[in-house]
Amino acid sequence: MKTNDIILQTATKVAVFIIIMFAVRLFFSGHYFAGGGFVGGLITSAAIVLIMIAFDLKTAKKIVPINYRYLIGSGLLVSSFTGLFPVLIGKPFLTHFYSYYQLPIIGKTSLHTATLFDLGVYLVVVGVTMTIIQSIGESE
Amino acid sequence: MNSHNIVLFPVLLPLLTGILLLFFRNVKVQRMLSVISFAIGIGISLYLIQQVAESGMLTLDVSNWKAPFGITIAADMLSSLLVLTTNIIAYCVSIYSTKSIGLEREKFYYYAVFHFLIVGVNGAFLTGDIFNLFVFFEVMLMASYVLLVLGGTKVQLRETLKYILVNVISSAIFVIAVAYLYSIVGTLNMAHIASRVAESGQPGILTVIAVLLMIVFGLKGAVFPLFFWLPGSYYAAPAPVLALFGALLTKVGIYSIFRTYTLIFTHDVSYTHAFLGAIGLLSIVVGVIGAIAYWDIKKIIIYNIVIAVGVIVFGISLNNDAGTMGALLYLVHDMIIKAALFLLVGIMAKITGTNDLREMGGLIKAYPWVGWTFFLAAISLAGIPPLSGFPGKLLIIQGSIEAKAYIGTFIVIASSLFVLYSVMKIFIHGFWGTPKKAFEMPARSLYSMAGPAMVLVAVSLAIGSGLEGIFPYLSQATETLMNPDLYINAVLKE
Repeated sequence: MKTNDIILQTATKVAVFIIIMFAVRLFFSGHYFAGGGFVGGLITSAAIVLIMIAFDLKTAKKIVPINYRYLIGSGLLVSSFTGLFPVLIGKPFLTHFYSYYQLPIIGKTSLHTATLFDLGVYLVVVGVTMTIIQSIGESE
Repeated sequence: MNSHNIVLFPVLLPLLTGILLLFFRNVKVQRMLSVISFAIGIGISLYLIQQVAESGMLTLDVSNWKAPFGITIAADMLSSLLVLTTNIIAYCVSIYSTKSIGLEREKFYYYAVFHFLIVGVNGAFLTGDIFNLFVFFEVMLMASYVLLVLGGTKVQLRETLKYILVNVISSAIFVIAVAYLYSIVGTLNMAHIASRVAESGQPGILTVIAVLLMIVFGLKGAVFPLFFWLPGSYYAAPAPVLALFGALLTKVGIYSIFRTYTLIFTHDVSYTHAFLGAIGLLSIVVGVIGAIAYWDIKKIIIYNIVIAVGVIVFGISLNNDAGTMGALLYLVHDMIIKAALFLLVGIMAKITGTNDLREMGGLIKAYPWVGWTFFLAAISLAGIPPLSGFPGKLLIIQGSIEAKAYIGTFIVIASSLFVLYSVMKIFIHGFWGTPKKAFEMPARSLYSMAGPAMVLVAVSLAIGSGLEGIFPYLSQATETLMNPDLYINAVLKE
């Protein structure tokens, strides 16, 4: 018998966007408030897991066509190059830089290279969680 | 201003290579990249040693935060020598792996995980922060779990379960010990901890923590009552992985004992170091019993790890110049020669298709080079003069006579005899006599498997015969170890 989960699927379509927006907000607020790359990544993967539950693994792969193993690698690359950049200009490894900029719409904003490091953490966390869930889900 | 980023390169190079290897699925590219990367690693660590020899201890305050507040990476001579040894071993084992580990494992990120293991080992040797040491321990252990289970045979699954269980527990104890230590001294930087402990004169509670850390590092490094997991777990690993584990993993535990007991807990020596000496000697005895009991070539060498760990721990416990220098030299020697022996034993098992000595024989006629390389490695392990096993043990014996530890002197000397017996048993039954059955091995893969082992034995020979050349480096390392103030001042820049 085929179950009819139209309510779950419709709710998912709305909820996924809200969850991802929440994840992005947490990611960017990490420097001043609670949050950061780790929670942001976990919540993003929670959104993808919700898609997997409401539909199935194949549909989820079609919606998010990413090889999560490469996502882990790119996250590690982003973080390590953020650390390596100061080495090139003679500062100790992982020295961070920040400054204040006047951006068009947002206004006065501080941009910090620690965000790039966090972006790496975010990618690795999404990659690792999704690899675990996907490979356990697929194996018979 | 020189910021000494060079100190971190032995960690960064395998890290970056490991990440790159996640993207290249082509096995040939993977092999080439990993061998080249380790070759560069040897170059970097030689440069690091030269820098440390010229300008004393090098430190790097990561992120540009000054010493006790940020993470410090500190390379004294001991760390630099161990990093060089690690890179030489990794280079040889990676060449050996290309012909022996098998395509199936290579496809599933074998080389990437291999590099992450080296990241953990090098990082543990170089860090100057006790929690960072824990993190690098975990990097190393996670990689070792994967390497142990990779391939998925029944025995690997069973032994990996035990191995992970033991290591998760010991890591938890490590965290608890660090928490205790932090609640008392209020800092995590090793140099800062050492100066705070020196100020307080090491009251009883710090001695308790010293023993707790001893339990942690003893579990990682397999000393007497805590070695129970080692024979089974290591037996499950394929030859190159076993060589890496036997040469590097337990030695990181030993290095941590070295560091904590020469830098931090040096004020209640009569208790802590006597304790250390006792468990060192008991490890030797138990290891010897295991090494002469078995007829299985892998098991014999595995129990020799426990003996060597015991000898080194006993050397550290003597707490005098000769004992410390001996322990240090023996540590470097043992890393190299254990890797060589495991590689050779792997070749023997591959040729004959068995680990049982009673089913082997007559290998010397068909494979004279492998045979004589094994002979040299065996007498080096036992400590025969022109090879590297001799000076280390001699210094430890000299130190133990100076410290009037005559029982220890006797046990160390007697153990050499049994070590010699156990490896000669392999040589006599494996290489001499008549072949029990026909064996065949393609010459090309034999060369790339026996070659790395020969390089390692040649390094051992070079250390043994060229001791005059490396003596200044050793005495510089010993000086830092015997005077913790040198380390503390270099890190805290007072």
